Amino acid sequence: MKKSYKIEVDCANCANNMEEAAKKTPGVKDCTVSFMTLKMKVEFDEGADADAVMKQVYANCKKVEDDCEIYL
Amino acid sequence: MNKKQKRLLWRIIIAAIFFVPLYLISEEFVKVNLPQWAVIILFLIPYLLVGYDILRKAFLGIKNGQVFDENFLMTVATVGAIVLGEYGEGVAVMLLYQIGELFQSYAVGKSRRNITELMDIRPDYANIEVDGELTQVDPDEVEVGSIIVVQPGEKVPLDGVIVEGSSSLNTSALTGESLPRKVEAGSEVLSGSINMSGVLKIRTTTEFDESTASKILDLVENAASRKSQSENFISKFARYYTPIVCYAALALAILPPLFVMLTKVGMGHYATVGQLWRDWVLRACTFLVISCPCAVVISIPLSFFAGLGGASKQGVLVKGSNYLETLSQVRVVAFDKTGTITKGNFAVTAVHKSPIDEQKLLEYAAHVEGFSSHPIAASIREAYGKYIDRSRVTDLEEISGHGISAKMDGVSVAVGNDKLMVKLGIDYEPCDEHVGTVLHVAVDGAYCGHIVISDEIKETSKAAMEALRKAGVEKTVMLTGDAEKVAAKVAAEVGLTDYRAQLLPADKVSCVEELLKECSGNKRLAFVGDGINDAPVLSRADIGIAMGALGSDAAIEAADVVLMDDDPMKIAKAIRISRKCLSIVKQNIVFALGVKLVCLLLAALGIANMWVAIIADVGVMILAVLNAIRCLFVQKL
Repeated sequence: MKKSYKIEVDCANCANNMEEAAKKTPGVKDCTVSFMTLKMKVEFDEGADADAVMKQVYANCKKVEDDCEIYL
Repeated sequence: MNKKQKRLLWRIIIAAIFFVPLYLISEEFVKVNLPQWAVIILFLIPYLLVGYDILRKAFLGIKNGQVFDENFLMTVATVGAIVLGEYGEGVAVMLLYQIGELFQSYAVGKSRRNITELMDIRPDYANIEVDGELTQVDPDEVEVGSIIVVQPGEKVPLDGVIVEGSSSLNTSALTGESLPRKVEAGSEVLSGSINMSGVLKIRTTTEFDESTASKILDLVENAASRKSQSENFISKFARYYTPIVCYAALALAILPPLFVMLTKVGMGHYATVGQLWRDWVLRACTFLVISCPCAVVISIPLSFFAGLGGASKQGVLVKGSNYLETLSQVRVVAFDKTGTITKGNFAVTAVHKSPIDEQKLLEYAAHVEGFSSHPIAASIREAYGKYIDRSRVTDLEEISGHGISAKMDGVSVAVGNDKLMVKLGIDYEPCDEHVGTVLHVAVDGAYCGHIVISDEIKETSKAAMEALRKAGVEKTVMLTGDAEKVAAKVAAEVGLTDYRAQLLPADKVSCVEELLKECSGNKRLAFVGDGINDAPVLSRADIGIAMGALGSDAAIEAADVVLMDDDPMKIAKAIRISRKCLSIVKQNIVFALGVKLVCLLLAALGIANMWVAIIADVGVMILAVLNAIRCLFVQKL
């Protein structure tokens, strides 16, 4: 399952950090963050609860980039 | 500017107002007697005002185990400078760094908006007529088969067929073609085009999600998610680079003074041991300021995004930055014939061996064929181009598999193939010059020449091959299911370097595989097709280019690059756009890293001070961003 989320972030490197953080979150199979379109595309593992996983993704992203926002 | 940027701007302005007089005082340009502690406290005001968020982020980063980022670099460098008594420099670095950040954020936001606007073909509403009055509804809510009204100046919100009205449509957002397209009742219209003159009533044929505009938007929006090698390289690079420079700075701060202390070599340059340490720690701080990787990290995705945006404005949709990269390395281009190099429709290409006037011959043929619905008959009528008076034709007889014989103005006329001529016992001349379907015409039992009908080559095909050659494409190969003779002729006429004829669809894939084997190193192969029945080949090639893709779902699915109109010239254009974009990316990497390396060296040697460092850092970033935006301007390529 793939979903796309709108995000808010200030710098390109921070977007890369968010991507890394999201990829490491359990339940996330793959993730790409585009700084230019301010979109996060997440591919979830089979049978994962997208909402719960995204909450964790959000928490992890906040850790690496305090200034970011993901519109869930 | 958004709220965040405005706030940062104000912080910068106020901090600058505080900073400038203080700096003049501290450097003793202005004589004011202030105790040392007062100077420190006064300097801390602009420093904290402009830099508190950087300090906070650096602190949070350390807490969360994400130590090495640009906030950390800036914090260590400025705190270091202030502790060493270089108050002015410390505050100035923070101030200029924030000015750089503000510029970057503004420039990126602005180009993001510009590019998105450029690609924005999203219709906001659809007009529906209810009880004679127009109401605006969300295009999402319009059901298939509804009648919508599009007024002049409005976007066509959904694909459909015109039931009433005529107008000209501006399709430039879809195709990059600036010439308006004339439409009338019965014409198909695509969402995203703009109605320019008349009111149109359209019966919709798709839902919003399935409409051309949505599909294109979806494609363009997802393009930036497919990252290029350069982007991946840079994000990896940033991950290792920052820790490395931090350790390098640490080494610079500790090892040389330690060496000097232990060996006493060069100790003469320094008055005291404290002086020695101060000098090297300050060098290390300068080193940190220079090493900030922002310029490269921001400019690469920005370049690609601008490139994708510029290309889509020209009617070239590239599905990802990675394809832009591959496109720039294309050296071999394989083509499908029908619909790609040729128009895919039949037309009269020659009239020969005619003892009578060509136009007269066409007049006979067009009238006799006037009743037929066959595409060949239609092409003859089109070539004749005048009114066909069917009452002039009598005694019409269609001889299946041969042709037609009839009386026109009382004279017997026969139009058909070789077999018909043999059957009627007329001595005909076979066509040896032209390739295509040959129709002989006999009037009153005498041979009057023949008409050659074939698929027309697109007007721009020849120029397109030339343009490709100029763009560095070494090999252009046509793959076709057509006969050898036809293929050879088209290949020669257009100027292809090679062709393969009589291929079944499956053979095309193996042909492409063969060609792929010949490509060595960085050479890439592109396959260009019209998207109908060549999906497997499109996906097998390094890069699949579908042309004339408007309305064809299969092409949009299978191809990596979608040319919105039929013009083969766009292939070379797409390659040139990708080259420009990639060369800008390279320029930025080389320029930014080059300047950084030189400055790092100068800082380590103690030649560059903090001022040089921060100006180099911010300056490089600004130049790199401005250079990246150049990717957007591809119109004249």
